[in-house]
Amino acid sequence: MSTAMETDVTAGFEMVVGLEVHVQLKTQTKAFCGCSTNFGAPPNQNTCPVCLALPGALPVLNARAVELALRVALGFGFTVNARSIFARKNYFYPDLPKGYQISQHDTPIAEHGRLDIGLLINGEPRVIGITRAHMEEDAGKSIHDRYESATAVDLNRSGVPLVEIVSEPEMRSPEEAGAYLRTLKQILLYLDISDCNMEEGSLRVDANVSARPFGQVRLGTKCEVKNMNSFSGVERALAAEFRRQCGVLVAGGSVQQQTLLWDGAKGEIRPARSKEGSSDYRYFPEPDLPPLLISDAELARVRETLPELPAARRARYAAMKLSEYDVQELTADPATGPFFEAVLALHADAKSVANWVNGEVRAVVNERDTAWDAMSLEPARLAALIDLVRDGVVSSSAAKKIFAQLLVSTDTPRAIAERDGLVQVRDDNALAGWVDEVLAEHPVEAARYAAGEKKLVGLLVGLVMKKSQGRADPKLVNQLLSSRATG
Amino acid sequence: MTAQDVLDLSAAQTARTIADRGASAADVVTASLARVAANAALNAFVTVASEADVRVAADVAPQGILHGVPVAVKDNIATTTLSTSCGSRILAGWVSPYEATAVSKLRAAGAVIIGKTNMDEFAMGSSTENSAFGPTRNPLDHSRVPGGSSGGSAAAVASGACRIAYGSETGGSVRQPAAFCGIVGVKPTYGRVSRFGLVAFASSLDHIGVFGRSVDDAAVGLQVIAGHDPQDATAVDVPVGDYRAAAGRPLTGLVVGVPTEYYPASLDAKIRAKCDRAIDVLRQLGAEIRTVSLPHTDLAIPVYYILAPAEASSNLARFDGVRYGPRAAADDLSDMYERTRSEGFGPEVTRRIILGTYVLSQGHYDAYYLKAMLVRERITQDFANVFASGVHVLFTPTTPSPAFTFGARSDPLDMYLSDIFTATANLAGVPAMSQPIGLVDGMPVGGQLLAAHFREADMFCAAYALEHALGPEALA
Repeated sequence: MSTAMETDVTAGFEMVVGLEVHVQLKTQTKAFCGCSTNFGAPPNQNTCPVCLALPGALPVLNARAVELALRVALGFGFTVNARSIFARKNYFYPDLPKGYQISQHDTPIAEHGRLDIGLLINGEPRVIGITRAHMEEDAGKSIHDRYESATAVDLNRSGVPLVEIVSEPEMRSPEEAGAYLRTLKQILLYLDISDCNMEEGSLRVDANVSARPFGQVRLGTKCEVKNMNSFSGVERALAAEFRRQCGVLVAGGSVQQQTLLWDGAKGEIRPARSKEGSSDYRYFPEPDLPPLLISDAELARVRETLPELPAARRARYAAMKLSEYDVQELTADPATGPFFEAVLALHADAKSVANWVNGEVRAVVNERDTAWDAMSLEPARLAALIDLVRDGVVSSSAAKKIFAQLLVSTDTPRAIAERDGLVQVRDDNALAGWVDEVLAEHPVEAARYAAGEKKLVGLLVGLVMKKSQGRADPKLVNQLLSSRATG
Repeated sequence: MTAQDVLDLSAAQTARTIADRGASAADVVTASLARVAANAALNAFVTVASEADVRVAADVAPQGILHGVPVAVKDNIATTTLSTSCGSRILAGWVSPYEATAVSKLRAAGAVIIGKTNMDEFAMGSSTENSAFGPTRNPLDHSRVPGGSSGGSAAAVASGACRIAYGSETGGSVRQPAAFCGIVGVKPTYGRVSRFGLVAFASSLDHIGVFGRSVDDAAVGLQVIAGHDPQDATAVDVPVGDYRAAAGRPLTGLVVGVPTEYYPASLDAKIRAKCDRAIDVLRQLGAEIRTVSLPHTDLAIPVYYILAPAEASSNLARFDGVRYGPRAAADDLSDMYERTRSEGFGPEVTRRIILGTYVLSQGHYDAYYLKAMLVRERITQDFANVFASGVHVLFTPTTPSPAFTFGARSDPLDMYLSDIFTATANLAGVPAMSQPIGLVDGMPVGGQLLAAHFREADMFCAAYALEHALGPEALA
């Protein structure tokens, strides 16, 4: 099948996408019991009568999970329901020990949000509606490939708290879905409520996608696509599923509502194994948990703990006359900004600090895969180094050498510069001596330069720098040579 | 005093006698086991503790209010020392790795658990005929049922094996067998006793309740298990009153409501006469008797048989053969579920799971579950209105008939109507208790007292006085 044919199939159709994002909340313990949420423990170690669903065990809501859910709600500006209801979602599956998942159905903890996903469409910012955010518990894991003809069940994840954020079906392309997810994740990371690690499953995306002819108001039949383990995987899966549905419609068929799995390795969509009774979850209010009541005082308390969010930080940095690129880089994750600002507090020039943070420092963070605050680089030492450059004590290239030393040494930047002979020579006599020597050693070029061939200044500066083993201050050398030409 | 004699003392006196070294706790619990053995024909117990185990437990029992007092516990309340099978094949022999909060409190008070009592499977029934381990017999007449679902606990107390036993109530499963066996049965306010470790039937209606040979036994029995529990989100954090303080208190100023709906024209005249007599006694004791109305009473049974099965269908989903209990051989997953559950559950449990699944299904939820929840609010409001009007307690018959013979209620609907006077208190969450008020055709009849939420003390006040005034007439 040629690419051209596939493209043709989608012509005339509009993609409609709604996303359900499951976010694992960063609590120490599970949603309804005291078991650890630690990822990677031996199978079934983090379990107790409650999350194993032993007869007689009862759930008790983790207050910290509620607090993190409220951070999500307030961080995104959702409307918080003063009274929300937990419900049971009933279905049989071996990794769902109670035979029901505790979730929220009719009355979630938060509803009605809007998210600016940072794209301009026809000059207008794209804003996607968010239907709701509700609290629920995770299921365990079924492992189908461990034993021949048997499924293993690991219940460590059973009962881990989640917030599910459900969008309106308002995205119209894989690109918009990707932008929505990246914006969402960035804010979630700023809110510090989840690791948002798709590979470990602390952020999971289910996509509802349908196709309809352009101009049609009624939504087409949607299919749910699961099992994407990256945002680009979501984008590819959406494109593939959209093509499949368009193909069905073009051929005169109708799309059957179903759940599909994305196979990222093969780049294919395939039907999911069906779960018994999944069509009717028989939701009803969870009688073991009273309604969740959120007081204004509690909301106010959580609101006070909210950190600065990306949009506000971007605006503040833009006001420092930083470039769009610098602003984006400095605000991409929540940790860069505080480091940037810690350095900035000790060194006034935002642009040069941004250059260092977005350049050398980020390279180290990425290379070492470390956290900004875990790096053995105190902001004060970086500020001192930038000061040395500003004051002409060291050259930019020497500063890079000193920077490398800062990470392995406890010496001050100036001490390192002196120790390694990286302090620029600014002494007029020494500089004049080197200039004289160079001019003497290169009489032809010296004569041409003296005769007014100004472009030779670069060559001559370079020769002086070489003679000084890089220690001469090039600016002063330049000035000296200029004075020789005119003098 | 022999250990056998000590068994016939009240629970509080038993503990005191042991504390005063009038008897050894180990000998008392051994005597209790002997009574269990002598009454083996009742089939009151699913599991009986060994003599060695109870003697050790008695020796190390804390010197609390129930020091050395033998108690029996219904087989749906989790204990680590004895299995918890809920009267079901699907949990036969299952031993819990943790204990119910009520059991921990019992042990802390010094009680010794002599065994786990028989019950209708998963507490679904009113006769203890639905147990996978055979029916329990009424100690007063072996041809009759002891009531249910906590029939084993009622029979244990009525046969003299122990003065206190624990049961559970979802629609009357303590009060009805107490009435049938001529003893006292108490269902506290919803949230007064932790449900942690009570195997759920219908969570919003389930309560742990207590049987006593006397009002005082029941009061002590409730006293030790009442209280807040951080492991049960529906347990309420209000102070626990002193239930025994009401003993001997005059009834002057107490307003007793008599709700007309509990005395329908169809009520057995002999039962009505016993109730009238009890009401007269209360009046003579100084209580003001007031006729009141709880207009939604007749909706209680239909509402109950929608809500209880709905919750049960979900609560019993965990019995799936995956983590515990027997697992049937099968070809695939859904086959495994189907076979395991078909083989594990008896017919009444199966019936209620199907009923509950139906009423929660798409297209039926609004008509059944939602409507039933609205009516439940009306029933709760009925009680709130009556208690707000100045009434302290209500007095009604506990059951529409005395204990019936085995097989007499083979139609499920007939059986369901056994709970007609008791299910209201579970729906509203108010405390209620039954005590014997006389015999009809040789079998005991129960009188029921109900009070406002967390007003157990009002109920006990009337109960102590009525018990004292009736004296031997209560079982005559």
